[in-house]
Amino acid sequence: MSESNKVLKEIMAGSPMRIAISVLLGFAIGSIFMAAFSDSVVASYATFFSTPGDTFRAAGQTIVDGYTALFNGSIVNLQADNPVSMFRPITETLRLAAPLIMAGLGVSLGFRVGLFNVGGTGQMVMGLLGATWVSTRMSMPYGIHMVVALLVAVIFAAGTGALVGFLKAKTGAHEVIVTIMLNYVAINLFTFFLRQPNLLLEHGGGGNPKSDPPALTAQFPHLLGDSFQLNLGIILAIGAAFVYWWLMERSTIGYRFRMVGHNASAAKAAGISVPKTYVWAMAVSAAFIGLAAANQGLGENSGLTASIHANIGFDAITVALLGGSRAGGVVVAGLLFGAFKAGSPAMQIMGVSPEVLGIIQALIVLFVAAPPLIRAIFKLPKAEVK
Amino acid sequence: MAKVEVTPGMFSKSEVAPSWKTPIVLAFFAVLVLVSFGFLGKPGNVDYSLSNKGDIFAVPDFVISSVGINIGLGIAMLVIAGISAALTLQKRKTPLWLTLIAGLAGAFGLLGWLASGKQVPVSFILGSAVVLAVPIILGALGGLMSERVGVVNIAIEGQLLTGAFMASVVGTITHNLYFGALAAMIASAILSMALASLAIKYLVDQIIIGVLINVLVVGITNFLYSQWLSVAGEQVNFPGTFDVISIPYLSALPVIGPAFFSARITVYLTFVLVPLVWFILFRTKLGLRARAVGEHPTAADTVGINVGRTRFWWVTSGGAIAGLGGAALTIGNVGAFGREMSGGLGFIALAVVILGRWQPFYVAASALLFGFAIILRVWANGVAPGIPTDFITMVPYLVTLIAVAGFAGKVRAPAASGQPYIKG
Repeated sequence: MSESNKVLKEIMAGSPMRIAISVLLGFAIGSIFMAAFSDSVVASYATFFSTPGDTFRAAGQTIVDGYTALFNGSIVNLQADNPVSMFRPITETLRLAAPLIMAGLGVSLGFRVGLFNVGGTGQMVMGLLGATWVSTRMSMPYGIHMVVALLVAVIFAAGTGALVGFLKAKTGAHEVIVTIMLNYVAINLFTFFLRQPNLLLEHGGGGNPKSDPPALTAQFPHLLGDSFQLNLGIILAIGAAFVYWWLMERSTIGYRFRMVGHNASAAKAAGISVPKTYVWAMAVSAAFIGLAAANQGLGENSGLTASIHANIGFDAITVALLGGSRAGGVVVAGLLFGAFKAGSPAMQIMGVSPEVLGIIQALIVLFVAAPPLIRAIFKLPKAEVK
Repeated sequence: MAKVEVTPGMFSKSEVAPSWKTPIVLAFFAVLVLVSFGFLGKPGNVDYSLSNKGDIFAVPDFVISSVGINIGLGIAMLVIAGISAALTLQKRKTPLWLTLIAGLAGAFGLLGWLASGKQVPVSFILGSAVVLAVPIILGALGGLMSERVGVVNIAIEGQLLTGAFMASVVGTITHNLYFGALAAMIASAILSMALASLAIKYLVDQIIIGVLINVLVVGITNFLYSQWLSVAGEQVNFPGTFDVISIPYLSALPVIGPAFFSARITVYLTFVLVPLVWFILFRTKLGLRARAVGEHPTAADTVGINVGRTRFWWVTSGGAIAGLGGAALTIGNVGAFGREMSGGLGFIALAVVILGRWQPFYVAASALLFGFAIILRVWANGVAPGIPTDFITMVPYLVTLIAVAGFAGKVRAPAASGQPYIKG
């Protein structure tokens, strides 16, 4: 096995110790950003040399405030006076984690086959195009409508993924470039559809590319009544994680996928068609991302614009890397980054720019994805790689 | 002993014999221009305005019927497709400049079709396309330098964003835009050093690290923008832009004068850097060594070239150039930093490297195609409302897809691109 393969394996293996260090380090560096640029700290810089204590006190206060707001906004709001607003944060975390988990599973599947699916955005947008068509331009009975829209989203996304796999298998085009180009093609195509009155433009809509809200029969049902936004998405995400686990760890198809990922030449020698595996793997990877598209498109009760994909396709890469491409890891990583999204507004109210969470998110994954880096910083022993 | 596999290109298979795809694609676009813009085109004359008022060599406007010019251009493009087919029959490749001429003819026809009954400000469109293409060209030059030595650089987007941010902030604080540009180059070079050392020394997957650097830079600039720049904009994010320098005599030339020779220093620097990178890469010992490292690191190592060090410094200097591209976004065009203002230009640059076949001049030409598509969309919205401009925006991406999938003939990346080198 070559040295570089070992490094990739090491990322996948992901020892708990290293992940814990990465998370802590991410939060620590994030705190520095948070403190150094907060208004109260900046104001104290002028008197830093006479009263340095003020600066450190202000910095400490900012960090405590920021993380308290993150906790209150994403887990349990301890300042709330009624149970609904007390427990709403955790339901928001679950709601926002759902698409990250689904898309993260898709990207993970690609990693396991040795494919880097950067095209989550494009695949999601194609799924959204299909789902929005079904949910706004067709009428069906309650329940069936939602299922059909969901399936169409998955099929559209999977088709886009299969195209990538086909181009890679047939022409050798690298999937990273193909998926990035398809991202832009898909977004422009969706925007075009959203602009046309006889395609997806909202009824009586003006110049803005925006669709009707999805039909009531197609919307994801709310799980905990109407005082919470939490919908079917999280159930689907957990279900998807189980399917992913079974597919990758227990099924024959998954075995083929993993074999191609481990060593494509050996897989070929063993009689597995590598090109065919690429097409299927990209299609299944994109199918999971299609679920996330359905979650975005059917989990809303207002009209959709092209930005509804919310960069989940890219966030999913960080989820997959942090989760080590395993079902359980992806669920936990999705929940963590979902909590970041849920806690953002609360931090904003406290005067801490929630964008700092983007820095923390990137740093955590950077440290996880660069095992030699963490090892070098903390002089850890080299992890055993099977 | 680690075995370094030499695969036929990371991004696309090499093609030995010229394929029929080039003439077919050329013929398709020729027929498109001839039929949809020509025979089925819009009636009325189109007025190609070739020089600005006050030019020394004032050239009269070129007025012609929209249908007529497109029929003429369509036939010319058919002839080029025919030449390409004849060359393919003789098992010869279609030269890229021929394809470029066909592309230019098609673009000229598209302008004429869009603006039937109206005026086409040719030098304005060309000039705007150049200004918009500069960040893409410089970003792509950085990516090219990195890929030529065997390191895939997905982080161009992050480098552009870093450059744009630093140029604006440092330029404002020091009241000197040259310091701003310098800071942009240094910051982006440092970012490249991180990419290079993680990829070369720590053998982290180059694509993963590139994606993560992008995410990190977006996070940091977004945070600083909302926490700092948007609050204290006057003091830290108000740099202004470089002055427009008109080169005497040259700027008075019709069409190309105002487009190319009445521009900001960032544009002129690009004019210098493209041939410079080409010269170093293909005409000096330094460039030969770099290409050897990118094509066959084991062989390069055997003859005594330090693979790691070569890769490190080429990636780093490429980053500096990409940083200048970022500076061109703020102090070379807009005049202030905006949230995520690179908006995918780094990914376009990535595509442009491939479309331009890892050759500086072709890369610059491909970047102009994207610049042209961006300005065309803006202009078409005004001159011909109702045209689905989303499709105009889509064209360069589709062209890249076709090129990557091998339809444009021989597209081959440096053989060792994307592969870490482990000394055996």
